[in-house]
Amino acid sequence: MNAIDVRGLVKRFGDKTVVDHVTMTVAEGEIVGFLGPNGSGKTTTIRIMCGLLTPDEGDGTVLGFDIRTDALKIKREVGYMTQKFSFYEDLTIGENLEFVARLYRLKPVEQYVARTLEELGLASRRNQLAGTLSGGWKQRLALAACIMHKPKLLLLDEPTAGVDPKARREFWDEIHRLASGGLTVLVSTHYMDEAERCHRISYISYGKLLATGTVDEVVRNAGLTTFVLQGPRLDQVAEALQGRPGVDQVAPFGATLHVVGSDKAALEKALADIEKQHKGVTVTPGETSLEDVFIQFMSGSKDNMT
Amino acid sequence: MKDGLGAVFSFARLGALLVKEFIQMRRDRITFAMMLGVPLMQLVLFGFAINNDPKSLPAALVATSSDPYTRAMVSALQTTGYYRFDHVAQSAAQAEFLMARGDVSFVVTIPADFARRVERGDNPQILIEADATDPSVASGAISTLSTVAGQALLRAQGTQDAAREAARGQLDVVVHRRYNPEGVSQYNIVPGLLGVILQMTMVMMTAMALTRETERGTMENLLAMPSSPLEIMLGKVLPYLVVGAVQVVVVLVAAKLLFGIPFVGSLTLLLSSVLVFVLSLVLLGYTISTMARSQMQAMQLTFFFFLPSLLLSGFMFPYRGMPGWAQTFGEIFPLTHFLRITRAVMLKGAELPAVATEIGWLTVFVALFAGVALVRFRRTLD
Repeated sequence: MNAIDVRGLVKRFGDKTVVDHVTMTVAEGEIVGFLGPNGSGKTTTIRIMCGLLTPDEGDGTVLGFDIRTDALKIKREVGYMTQKFSFYEDLTIGENLEFVARLYRLKPVEQYVARTLEELGLASRRNQLAGTLSGGWKQRLALAACIMHKPKLLLLDEPTAGVDPKARREFWDEIHRLASGGLTVLVSTHYMDEAERCHRISYISYGKLLATGTVDEVVRNAGLTTFVLQGPRLDQVAEALQGRPGVDQVAPFGATLHVVGSDKAALEKALADIEKQHKGVTVTPGETSLEDVFIQFMSGSKDNMT
Repeated sequence: MKDGLGAVFSFARLGALLVKEFIQMRRDRITFAMMLGVPLMQLVLFGFAINNDPKSLPAALVATSSDPYTRAMVSALQTTGYYRFDHVAQSAAQAEFLMARGDVSFVVTIPADFARRVERGDNPQILIEADATDPSVASGAISTLSTVAGQALLRAQGTQDAAREAARGQLDVVVHRRYNPEGVSQYNIVPGLLGVILQMTMVMMTAMALTRETERGTMENLLAMPSSPLEIMLGKVLPYLVVGAVQVVVVLVAAKLLFGIPFVGSLTLLLSSVLVFVLSLVLLGYTISTMARSQMQAMQLTFFFFLPSLLLSGFMFPYRGMPGWAQTFGEIFPLTHFLRITRAVMLKGAELPAVATEIGWLTVFVALFAGVALVRFRRTLD
């Protein structure tokens, strides 16, 4: 059984279609990255999955429960971490955890709270108001509160936004540890390095699911060709390349220039011309990165927010 | 997995919500202070300030002669307690100016030939001009006038006994001012304030309580966790019921100690109707909070409701003095019914049968608001 199995989800707000026929499956124990630009419908899709929004069209199951009729059962088995810190800032860390433990009817409350505080390393700060925590600690507290009731599925909505790299690394180590224990994770993110730590990724743009698979599959299926240019006066070269047929992306990376295109023949022709015109520029085949693929997706899809 | 009723209501989950709400209430010092400070402040301020029967109003006297009849008339007016002659005008024009400026509420003119006319029995006249821009100011002072003036004149003439003799056998109208023989405004105002204060704090605080969750984003989390609409509603409503109970005790004790308001009825009856009233208020506040998207909107909706209920409930102006349609309209406010109950129970010693209809109305409001709130509550973020 798939942890998430939804088909043809549609959600409209007014005349804007925020989620447009999204079909998605996530197997048990999988970590799936949910990627896409701002306003692409990631949060809305996640909210539909945990019963916070009702889809206008489409159906499906989460943990075997119908998303339309069994929202309450889903809520008991799912841990949902909101994008914005949404625990009580005027309650202490301990009080927040006690609140969550009681809501999920975990017994004995004190044992659950004490263990969670211990695991978090927050035992000494139990009586500190949650509102006074830094971004990284708030995120850790939120995650701890979400997994206290031992959910089978974790839905994380941009959990690492505004968190420093070390905390981010620790966060992901924790996610992998949980997944190895059988927990399924769907995590939305903007960061490419985080996407690469997922078993599988799904890319959504303006409500439409554009690609899904492992990182390698997504990169391969995108069918992009990348060349790396080296040499003098690369800024002029970049300018000369812009807008030529076959050239989709030109991006400087340190002392090199990455040129990406979907039409390999046209791209090679354009680069051959450049080599002739600019002395000393060398062209070598490069590896297409996930970021290149996403940039390609983003420039290729129609903006429905304007 | 347990299901059925456990899905809709569990005491453990309600307990979690209640504990959380009380902690938040305790931490929000200003609001907490307001809950107890506001009723006391309002009670003292309004209880002492509001007077439906204003006395000792500034008056100007225009009198050219100082004969015994004029003096008798002036002192008679002063002893009614309504007039305070702190201006003696030299001319009608000056008196006119004093009234236009608002320095005096009355101008009493006793003409120069007053004494002569009295002695001659030639229809003596005095003129009292009242500033009737505020009709309630003038009414009490004027209503006592004709008897007072007549008696003063008779006394001055020494013909009081003869007049009483002459009046024998005539129609005698007996007026009993029941429940409040001295006409003390506070007897009317203070029990009313109990309702007004409760309405103010209860409706507003509950209205804000739920919208605060929406505004701070904690609602999303609360909805994502297994808490049912009924639990969320009770979790918000019950703590404020407790606050209301504390306010009631504060107001009732202050009414007794500060104002000496008589309490002739049954305390149990009053408290049980207060309970129903407060329940209807917190549920109304909760209903408002299911409609408002922000605390600001909740506040505006509360005030939109607050002013008409204050003016049309009979707290500020006599209910029976309003036109029929306004009286009907006034019935839609819980405060209207509650005012009738408190005044009846506290001042008149009314028993249950006398106030059963009003309590019934309050119960209808409770059921109505609870129903609307549960239907309106957004289980999702749609």
